[in-house]
Amino acid sequence: MISQLRPALVMLGAFTVLLGLGYPLAMTGIAQVTMPRQAGGSLVERDGAIVGSVLIGQAFTRPEYLHSRPSATDPAYNAGSSTGSNLGPSSAALLAQVRERAAAQGPGPVPSEMATASASGLDPHITLDAALRQVDRIAAARGVPPAAVEDAIRGATTGPAFGLLGEPIVNVLAANLALDAQEG
Amino acid sequence: MAGDLTFFALFLAGLTLMGAILGPWMARVFTGRVSFLAPVEHALYRAAGISPVGQRWTAYATAVLVFNAAGFVLLYLILRLQGILPFNPQGFGAMESSQAFNTAISFVTNTNWQSYGGETTLSHFSQMAGLTVQNFLSAGTGIAVAVAVVRGLAARSAADIGNFWVDLTRTVLYLLLPGAIIIALLMVWQGVPQTLAANMTATTLEGGQQVIAQGPVASQVAIKMLGTNGGGFFNVNAAHPYENPTALANLIQIYAILVIPAAFPFFFGRMVGDRRQGWAIFAAMSALFVAVLLWAYLAEAAGNPLHASLVEPGTSMEGKETRFGLAQTVLFAVATTVASCGAVNAMHDSFSALGGMIPLLNMLLGEIIYGGVGAGFYGMVLYVVLTVFLAGLMVGRTPEWLGKKIEAREMKLAALTLLVMPLGVLVLASASILTGNAAGSVQDQGPHGLTELVYAYTSGTANNGSAFAGFGANTTWHNTMIGIAMMLGRWGYVIPVLAIAGSLAAKARAPETAGTFPTHGRAFTVLLVVTILIVGALTFLPVLALGPIAEHVSVADGQAF
Repeated sequence: MISQLRPALVMLGAFTVLLGLGYPLAMTGIAQVTMPRQAGGSLVERDGAIVGSVLIGQAFTRPEYLHSRPSATDPAYNAGSSTGSNLGPSSAALLAQVRERAAAQGPGPVPSEMATASASGLDPHITLDAALRQVDRIAAARGVPPAAVEDAIRGATTGPAFGLLGEPIVNVLAANLALDAQEG
Repeated sequence: MAGDLTFFALFLAGLTLMGAILGPWMARVFTGRVSFLAPVEHALYRAAGISPVGQRWTAYATAVLVFNAAGFVLLYLILRLQGILPFNPQGFGAMESSQAFNTAISFVTNTNWQSYGGETTLSHFSQMAGLTVQNFLSAGTGIAVAVAVVRGLAARSAADIGNFWVDLTRTVLYLLLPGAIIIALLMVWQGVPQTLAANMTATTLEGGQQVIAQGPVASQVAIKMLGTNGGGFFNVNAAHPYENPTALANLIQIYAILVIPAAFPFFFGRMVGDRRQGWAIFAAMSALFVAVLLWAYLAEAAGNPLHASLVEPGTSMEGKETRFGLAQTVLFAVATTVASCGAVNAMHDSFSALGGMIPLLNMLLGEIIYGGVGAGFYGMVLYVVLTVFLAGLMVGRTPEWLGKKIEAREMKLAALTLLVMPLGVLVLASASILTGNAAGSVQDQGPHGLTELVYAYTSGTANNGSAFAGFGANTTWHNTMIGIAMMLGRWGYVIPVLAIAGSLAAKARAPETAGTFPTHGRAFTVLLVVTILIVGALTFLPVLALGPIAEHVSVADGQAF
């Protein structure tokens, strides 16, 4: 037992320096030099101010903006403290939430992601279907033709993953930046 | 649907290919035929006073325990002292003592259960020098033990099963570190941050303030996947868009979880000089993988009957991220629980009743469908020992595996490990209920609440680390008890399995005869699968009936709680 103590301590010390400092700091250096935008969090600037990260969703409540999914963080889209609701499928609380959200966006069944909270509370996307349902509202609020709104949405849309999986999805922040830019 | 199934088939083909390539590489590494970093190795051995010669199983096990104990103490101290250590831009104070105990045990045992929320609790120093280091070393420990077991199986009348320090060093230098560097850079390319900066504040388009947590995320994500650790940088782990920003990043992470576990059967086949032996085990693993994947996929695709009139048909997106969609969410959930990873890209707590049962079942089976790095394979070795024993009983011969007789001592040790999961899951979860520590921690009422509790103790004992995260695990009781479950689930396997390795290494290899039951081919694979299901699943059928199955019938009947 005692004879193994020196190997254990020396190896632990050496690996802590190599793997705990050397490796992450080297990765930080390489990433900051070769891929500074991503390494810094893919932040988006407008007029010199940081307006968010293209990867992190934001809460949108005004009618002229494309709305994101519901979020379980406090407040919604708190990127300093991510969380999902973790409510189970048989939860009465979840059922009440879904009912309320669906009623607010109805009539009729709404896309599931618009009535449910995401895992992170920071989901930056909604499906194209859910986005197109908001076109008329946005166009009316902005006083622009629906086609212009649809253009902005389609510009922020990416196809099904690997051309195989699921539906096209829209980056909400990117679509809203494009909408604002149209007014320029 | 067709697209999703095509994707699953391509995924499995890709995994098989990667395993078949990496397995032989591991054989070269662990037989000393790869040596381009020999100067580094030898410098380390010299400094540590290690003579790189074979150890008996007792010495090997002692080295594992002493090294893990030292790692525990260091990590505990880092977590308790992070307030005065560097790289702490958010100014976080010490972690509370029972939580620090839980977290330190958790990372040393390769569980990586998150009783804490990363971005609200831990300094960059704790994430790097504390957690990232144990991500490597706990994975390295598991791999080293499995390598020693394989060596024991391959040896003929040998006294030793290799040297722990050498196996650990070679694992880190030739397997984990190169892999982590490649994956970390791929992750940054896809958008995972890698910075020492503090949190950013953005002014949103609607004029609000959004604080965005930052950190050296990519370097930790890379090894948390490759080492099947699973402890996330952020509270929501790989569901966080910074930890897992794209569909491609998600796919790379799933492969990173499973590539080393899938390589182990091929490594084993090489080492014992009969590749069919490895293929038989790989086939059993893959058959079970396909079964649990399709089950989880169909359960999730069905959606929530309670919400049927409110939302469009299809999967419930509660606790799921849009960029992953159904197929990549389910594949991730299955991969992370068949291995001992425990990273999540969706909240398993919000899965459908039967969909959420699959991650639980995967862990209860002992995480042997590919399994954790190393841990999955030595877990599978135990099932193989059981299978040849049962086969031996059926034909009335002394069971043999690879020409080695499986005798009373090995069977006793293997049977001992069968008690670990029931002890950690059923006994400790029952104790929580009886002492009144369960009711306050479960979030949901009804059968789902029981599932939350059972999932927590299963995840701890299986060293997985994923959670039904509505469960409030950060209490002194659960931090302590789940900590004990994690220790039980780690060393309760490591020590007996090393003992089996030592005793098999010492045996001579008897020549194959006409009466030998072959441990390759279809008959053996089927028998192995059946043994896993009978031994692994039956113990837990009652509790599954009270939890997810009861919830499923309730929901189907329109009952909410």
